[in-house]
Amino acid sequence: MTNFRTSVINLDRPGDPSVFGEQTRAAAAELISRYPAGQGRSALLPLLHLVQSEQGYVTPDGIAFCADLLDLTKAQVAAVVTFYTMYKRTPTGEYLVSVCTNTLCGMLGGDEIFAALKEQLGVGNNQTTPDGMVTIEHAECLAACDYAPVLTVNYEFFDNQTIGSARNIVSQLQSGERPMPTRGAPLCSFKQMERQIAGLWDEQALAPDANSSGVPTEAGVKLAIERGDTAPSYSIDTSAPAERTPAAETVKAAPARPAEDEKPARPRPKRTTTRRPSKGQAEQPTSEHDAPLETAESDPANPADPGTEKGD
Amino acid sequence: MSLTPVLTKRFGTAQPWKIENYERLDGYAGLRQALTLLPDELIALVKDSNLRGRGGAGFPTGMKWQFIPQPKAGEPSKPHYVVINADEGEPGTCRDLPLMMNDPHSMIEGIIIACYAVRAEYAFVYIRGEAVHAIRRVVGAVNEARAKGYLGKNVLGSGFDCEIVVHAGAGAYICGEETALLDSLEGRRGQPRLKPPFPATNGLYDAPTVVNNVGTLASVPYIVLGGADWYKALGPEGSPGTSIYSLSGRVANPGQYEAPMGTTLRELIGLAGGMSRGKDLKFWTPGGASCPLLTTEHLDLPLDFDSVVKAGSMNGTSAVMIFDEDDCVVRAVKKWSEFFEHESCGKCTPCREGTYWYVGIYDRLENGEGTEEDLDTLLDLSDNILGRSFCALGDGATSSVSSSIKYFRDEYLAHVEGHGCPHTATRTLAGAH
Repeated sequence: MTNFRTSVINLDRPGDPSVFGEQTRAAAAELISRYPAGQGRSALLPLLHLVQSEQGYVTPDGIAFCADLLDLTKAQVAAVVTFYTMYKRTPTGEYLVSVCTNTLCGMLGGDEIFAALKEQLGVGNNQTTPDGMVTIEHAECLAACDYAPVLTVNYEFFDNQTIGSARNIVSQLQSGERPMPTRGAPLCSFKQMERQIAGLWDEQALAPDANSSGVPTEAGVKLAIERGDTAPSYSIDTSAPAERTPAAETVKAAPARPAEDEKPARPRPKRTTTRRPSKGQAEQPTSEHDAPLETAESDPANPADPGTEKGD
Repeated sequence: MSLTPVLTKRFGTAQPWKIENYERLDGYAGLRQALTLLPDELIALVKDSNLRGRGGAGFPTGMKWQFIPQPKAGEPSKPHYVVINADEGEPGTCRDLPLMMNDPHSMIEGIIIACYAVRAEYAFVYIRGEAVHAIRRVVGAVNEARAKGYLGKNVLGSGFDCEIVVHAGAGAYICGEETALLDSLEGRRGQPRLKPPFPATNGLYDAPTVVNNVGTLASVPYIVLGGADWYKALGPEGSPGTSIYSLSGRVANPGQYEAPMGTTLRELIGLAGGMSRGKDLKFWTPGGASCPLLTTEHLDLPLDFDSVVKAGSMNGTSAVMIFDEDDCVVRAVKKWSEFFEHESCGKCTPCREGTYWYVGIYDRLENGEGTEEDLDTLLDLSDNILGRSFCALGDGATSSVSSSIKYFRDEYLAHVEGHGCPHTATRTLAGAH
């Protein structure tokens, strides 16, 4: 959250909610409708992301817009705005570069990376380059300590950075290129990203094929495969079999568990959904759950090494 | 000691976040089984498994579920809610994000089971706003689950309705505190509420609410499938199940290592390929920045809920940050203190002012202007913060300060006597690898 000691917001004018058009109003109505009836205020955080997606930061207009929609005072909305770090008080660049300088990343090089990028951009913390392309900030823990040091661009992860790689990313951004995040979808603009954070995702933004993993994420499970380690197995009740692909039907045997017997036998409720029993299952099929699964190393279609998708 | 991937077992498989891949690997089998049980039987099962919350406090999940008042037929009742705390931001903690990025359906399956058990029709996943890729994967997974009939009206023909709303935060660590999270979810400043009343009776919209962590709910489908005894047998007495140890810092291969609760740091460092730069271990945290530091004397401490408390720390989020002899403990604690000062919501004076004072003193120490008296002031401040605030943020801020002075007083004194950090020479190359 934002330091309350330095929290100020520019309310030098009343704000004009009419600058937001019909499409924005329709999007706002959709966001409000996601919460239970009468609980529209729950949509305030998403709505503030929405107004940022239009204006690049929270302006008096955005505050007035949210206050109008939720029947709050502007003071109530401004109080919320000043509490949260992600609501920006000044125009934000096309790309927001956030460098983790919390203890773990900071001590593994994040402090030096942050200093180098400020120098390269010629601006300080929370400032934007004169051409409006890049805003830089230092971030608190981004929950990627196993990839330290990390930075994000418009909140997409660039893992395991060095001064050189970070400088390279920023150079690309400055020249209008969009390097590929290590984990995350292809970069979009800060405003487009704020629309997604507000909760408005289209199929492209959902990027179902974008990489989600990397070496640290898979370190334990790969080692388990190497060592032949598995969790103790259990059998599963397949009397209501899920739809399975043929590949999944070659499951390995695991001993039935006595604990299974303790479960009360209960007639299954009739179901109306269209599920079909799969063919060819053994009398007592057991679970693939029991073993670590093949890693992406053996799956060329899904490379696990983020380096292969790295844009620098 | 062996690795026991349960929650992480799909990591690294082909696009495990897609529902067809999840289903192929037994996905939603737990939900199908859960729907054959009565809700109270499910609560009893989770209680019997002794699943303890993975968010840091280790509270028994089944008890949380049981605390939700269930009126008899015909009695008036408020709606019930399930809220998922996915506001992962505790320094060092990096488990829930990879879990949601790679295997979001296991959490979603757990949410649906939890909703069925506590008789809630609405669940809210509160994900920190910066975690866009995790939000993306969870939104995609919710859409897929709805299209397949696992969510929405009449889940799998059971007559039970369930809806999940994915809600992004806006950058505030304090919203990982459950009552601050609820205030934030209601569209307010995220400041903790006084407890009692607890969320189980007066939670979201003043209605009965279960607040569970991502890893907690992701464990539920496996408990339904495997049974309470299977789950209990995965870990030591009192700390059932596996733990995802998130190793970071000065180890050769940092990452997510899922092993039984009660694994030791010595074993974990071995799994991670040893220390990363040939230096010896110096200090570490067993569960994030809010847990008191431990040292080489704790290498063989079993990392489970109860043993770590006996050693004077906390299991927390099992986020193990590892530092070596070239790392300055004063610098590390300074940075954590700056974090807590930045993230203190300002509601309680001891936390707000105390963390502010911490930072001023650590600045002095690092700049070579510290005095021996500053150490006493730090300890005095800690005494005045600990236990004197609504929530655990202030308590957490004192952990690294007090424990580092306890174990490394000499290093603090070296900062005083040497007028600055004795490690400066060894840190300049840090970013140049």
